[in-house]
Amino acid sequence: MKITKVEALEKTANKIRMGLLQSIYYAKSGHPGGSLSCVDILTVLYFNEMNINPEKPNDSLRDRFILSKGHASAALYATLAERGYFPKEDLITLRNIKSKLQGHPDMNKVPGVDMTTGSLGQGLSVANGMALASKMNKDGYRVYCLIGDGELQEGQIWEAMMTSSKYNLDNLCVIVDCNNLQLTGETSQIKNLNYESIESRFRSFGFNTLVIDGNNIESLVEAFNKAEHTKNLPTAIIARTVKGKGVSFMENQADWHGKQLNDEEYAKAIEELTKKR
Amino acid sequence: MENVKQISTRESFGEALAELEDERIVVLDADLASSTKTNLFREKHPVRFIENGIAEADMIGTAAGLATCGKIPFAATFAAFATGRCYDQIRVSIAYPKLNVKICGTHSGVTVGEDGATHQMIEDISLMRTLPNMTVLSPSDDIQTKQLVKQIAEYKGPVYLRLGRIKTPVIYDEDEKFEIGKSKQFGDGKDATVFATGDVVVEALKAQQLLKEDGIDIRVIDMYSIKPIDREIIIKSAKETKQLLSIEDHNIIGGLGSAIAEVLCDEYPSNLIRLGIKDKFGKSGKPEALLKYYNIDSRAIIEALEG
Repeated sequence: MKITKVEALEKTANKIRMGLLQSIYYAKSGHPGGSLSCVDILTVLYFNEMNINPEKPNDSLRDRFILSKGHASAALYATLAERGYFPKEDLITLRNIKSKLQGHPDMNKVPGVDMTTGSLGQGLSVANGMALASKMNKDGYRVYCLIGDGELQEGQIWEAMMTSSKYNLDNLCVIVDCNNLQLTGETSQIKNLNYESIESRFRSFGFNTLVIDGNNIESLVEAFNKAEHTKNLPTAIIARTVKGKGVSFMENQADWHGKQLNDEEYAKAIEELTKKR
Repeated sequence: MENVKQISTRESFGEALAELEDERIVVLDADLASSTKTNLFREKHPVRFIENGIAEADMIGTAAGLATCGKIPFAATFAAFATGRCYDQIRVSIAYPKLNVKICGTHSGVTVGEDGATHQMIEDISLMRTLPNMTVLSPSDDIQTKQLVKQIAEYKGPVYLRLGRIKTPVIYDEDEKFEIGKSKQFGDGKDATVFATGDVVVEALKAQQLLKEDGIDIRVIDMYSIKPIDREIIIKSAKETKQLLSIEDHNIIGGLGSAIAEVLCDEYPSNLIRLGIKDKFGKSGKPEALLKYYNIDSRAIIEALEG
């Protein structure tokens, strides 16, 4: 069930936002800010771009997705539930001792999760391994890896970037969720990482780069399409996003990196998102 | 033992790896193929050889990704970098998701010799043993290494294979059989049991010979499988012999001696003399001189048992 209409994708993204907030609200812990910023990216990937089938989550020819910024697990779970990998009712069990929905994604517990993540900086190397396997077998599947802008402070990412370009992994698409905020403050202050410096660095490491509005569905669809048609080079989509996107009082607020919602805040957030439908 | 073939376990590993026929096997290197001997595989199967460059963490992650897609990756580098530098990558991207990656650490222990402390990995058994889902093997000779390389390719799950730099004599017959979780016993002397692993098994065998001349009859057990460990033989030896001793080219903390002590503590409390590097870093020198310096040679065993 591929969704092609922009409006329908926007509605889906809105539902995913509500789903993830519900899960974080019930869990009384989690990471709302960085989850909300990447919802549009996940929506386009899972409902438009990727070749996947929720009924066959382990199909060897499926496209792969790695949430390298594993703390945005609530966004991934809400997306997978919306896509039909597991019942939406499960979302409220997030981080519960009996739940499959761990604080950070576990590939052996949750259908649809292609890689276990949580310790930042490791996803791109794994994505390279998947993309290499696809090439070796001539299987043709593509690999998508979502990295946080703050996460680029981890050195392993830069090791991995050299591997992506060395092996001409044009079946690999990296998406950098540039919301310019991390726990301690602004990413551009902490390590001189803004969307411009990130773009030029990816380019100098041998990537095809695209800078887009990462909360704009149309731009995302177009960027993934361009990536797919780029030969011999891996693509990095530098997605400029807003942390906390969709909830007015969370937008661009570093505090909402990892904060729980009280009853009043949750009601207000859901009210805002409901109005947008 | 002077007349038998001498070969390092890293060479045996490289030779065995190149002989494996399963086309799902992929070998990853971090710029040390000529030292880890994975160059032998590279020559035979260049398409299934991945060069990550001097980027061990990236190598481990790449191996994990390949494993999720059905490949059987062998990632090899020096033990110090394979386990120490990449501990978190192994923990999060391999051990926790239980991925089918074989981590092969050559140049373990002080027998690395002249390169000194930075390259003498004496904490790797400890680091790898404490990871849930991880199997830890530490072979002692050519025959054993080759057979275990074949076995771990068939075994599904994360494995750490500890290998050495120096040449050691072949101690097993071609048709000897080894199993993950088992051990090999030499002799059935009742005066003492010496548990050994890796490149110091041969030191234990030397001590066994020398002690015999003094009328002391000991058994030597080659603990090539550190995890899972052969609990049965530990308990049996504790019951049957007067003294228990462990020896390893590894820190005294967390290695073979600790693993044996854990079993004894759980099931048959006994005294255990532990020989190993006494919570110190290594240093440059000739391998044999270092074994003597750190008291992990045949002489040290004899002194400990007779003293």
